[in-house]
Amino acid sequence: MSILIDAGTRLCVSGITGREGTFHTLRNRDYGTQVVSGVTPGKGGQDVDGIPVFNTFQEAVRQTGANTAMIFVPPRFAADSILEAEDAGIELIVAITEGIPAHDELRVFNALKAHGRSRLIGPNCPGILSPGKANVGIIPAAFFSEGNVGVVSRSGTLTYQIGNVLAQSGFGNSTIVGIGGDPVPGTDFIDVLAMFEADPETELIVICGEIGGDAEERAAEYIAEHVSKPVVAYIAGFTAPPGKTMGHAGAIVSGSRGTARAKAQALESRGVRVGRTPTQVAELAASLLREGAAAR
Amino acid sequence: MDLLEYQGKQLFARHGVPVPPGRHALTMEEAEAAADEVGFPCVVKAQVQIGGRGKAGGIKVAQSRDEVREHAQAILGMDIRGLTVHELWIEAASEIAAEYYASVVFDRSAKAPLLMLSTKGGMDIEQVAEEDPEAIARLHVDPLLGFQEFHGRRLAFEAGVDDDVVRPVGAMLAKLYDLFVAEEATLVEVNPLIVTPEREVKALDAKITLDDNALFRHPDNSELRDPSREDAQERMAKERGLTYVKLDGDIGILGNGAGLVMSTLDVVAEAGGAPANFLDAGGGSKAEAITSAVEVILSDPKVKAVLFNIFGGITRCDEVARGLIEAFHQINPQVPFVVRLDGTNDEEGRRLLAEANLPNVHTESTMDGAAARVVALAAQGSRTVSAA
Repeated sequence: MSILIDAGTRLCVSGITGREGTFHTLRNRDYGTQVVSGVTPGKGGQDVDGIPVFNTFQEAVRQTGANTAMIFVPPRFAADSILEAEDAGIELIVAITEGIPAHDELRVFNALKAHGRSRLIGPNCPGILSPGKANVGIIPAAFFSEGNVGVVSRSGTLTYQIGNVLAQSGFGNSTIVGIGGDPVPGTDFIDVLAMFEADPETELIVICGEIGGDAEERAAEYIAEHVSKPVVAYIAGFTAPPGKTMGHAGAIVSGSRGTARAKAQALESRGVRVGRTPTQVAELAASLLREGAAAR
Repeated sequence: MDLLEYQGKQLFARHGVPVPPGRHALTMEEAEAAADEVGFPCVVKAQVQIGGRGKAGGIKVAQSRDEVREHAQAILGMDIRGLTVHELWIEAASEIAAEYYASVVFDRSAKAPLLMLSTKGGMDIEQVAEEDPEAIARLHVDPLLGFQEFHGRRLAFEAGVDDDVVRPVGAMLAKLYDLFVAEEATLVEVNPLIVTPEREVKALDAKITLDDNALFRHPDNSELRDPSREDAQERMAKERGLTYVKLDGDIGILGNGAGLVMSTLDVVAEAGGAPANFLDAGGGSKAEAITSAVEVILSDPKVKAVLFNIFGGITRCDEVARGLIEAFHQINPQVPFVVRLDGTNDEEGRRLLAEANLPNVHTESTMDGAAARVVALAAQGSRTVSAA
């Protein structure tokens, strides 16, 4: 098993005819993801390497049975595209776009929550990879293999770094979920932790957080109460000065809130092992997995 | 983007939030002319984005033109907690019968705007929140519904504002919320919000943070500047479309992906070094972007060594290597580089670097090893400099 995406995923890509959109769509298809359609207003009737393009999500869903959307349009069109996908009945929406205005994200989040029909992953995320099954987004699949480690992360490259060290130690992944670096992620650590806890394939969970907000602190509380599987964590940004946005729109220490130290302490005080470097996180995970295997 | 007080007050005025009349001034002469327009007594206020301006001597009341001149001279160029004052705001003095606090905050945790109102205005609100949390009335607004009049009444009664100003305070909250949404702010704060002896309600200060990602919809706001906060390297990086944050150490850092760069800073600090900057060369970095980034990093004279930490996903390590080689041809750096290339096309990248045989460029295969190496090289650099 895996979470969120698998062989049953039927992907429709918004912005499929753009340069980046085409590139990653075809990479996802090469990996084995069922890419059934794309949407670009005004380009309905065309195709991208055989993938039919529609003017609207409504048409794409009706004609190709898409159940998952990937959003690749520029920031000013992204909120609209997410809402269109939801309106068309898409259950899972993965928004890669970086730079969406915060108020747009607030509207989208609250609309999706009120309707309760669709789950949004991202925005400003690398997407989701279930090794051996499906890849939706821009995660370079070559570094990951099938296995039992679930990863949920606010950062892309940091995830690749940790995944790569794990792979070198001989451990693969059930699913890797990039929840994104924006202030209002559609899906939070807690949502993904619940899915991994319920997924029989996942034996250990790695959470990769960073400065800003309180998602890691809330995850720590959730883990203490609801997660029986071992969790290892990494937090980036111990040296980040307050008041500065560190690349990701959501990565900012505001006054005394959102520091890496507070997050690491919240996790450690609830029994979560926190690695000081990405390599250490992978090593901690590997040793816990070996212990688990030895115990069985 | 954090606005200066006067920029915030100009937005207040545009959205109907009552503010005392005021004028902007850059020189003593402009300050005098501004005072003539707003009348006496007036207040000369230093324009820097930092708390404690009053205590630092950056806010002074003037009764006459001579006093305006005297205060302007003292305040212009003054250093307030590391920021140099370049601008003044000259404002008509207000009489104060009561000081309140009001704000609209983008609450990431609740995923909704948070309205706050307190009768404990004019002091540090974080301190009030800690010592007397009950003194702050709070309420979340459903962003799909927007501000309703009852929100204003509820907050005003809960906070315990004087009965006769419940309506005007509620009306001001409505306008602050309008501004928050219309200008796409993440913070709108009024501290103090004052009641005058004539029972008028006014914003005596303004603290506004705008969402950088929304500035494309607000061309006027995107023109606003804060010269006291501007930094040569940050400006240069911005012009080149690079994500750069200046720090105060001596090890230049370049990586790809915000999380990996933050992590690189931490690993360098763990190894005993002090990063000079955060620089995210981004996904899919091309050779030109790398060359351009090296120029920005080296324009900071404090930099004694540079660390490249690349984990290639979309970014190709051979492109990064080409960019670095080109940078060496163009600017001939005088400091050592440590380069860690891993991921997509890493072997090709390392081969290119080996062939180019650049002076003082060291390759490492792990992030931790690279951090230790660059820290050692930077320390060596400091010794060489002090010996010379």
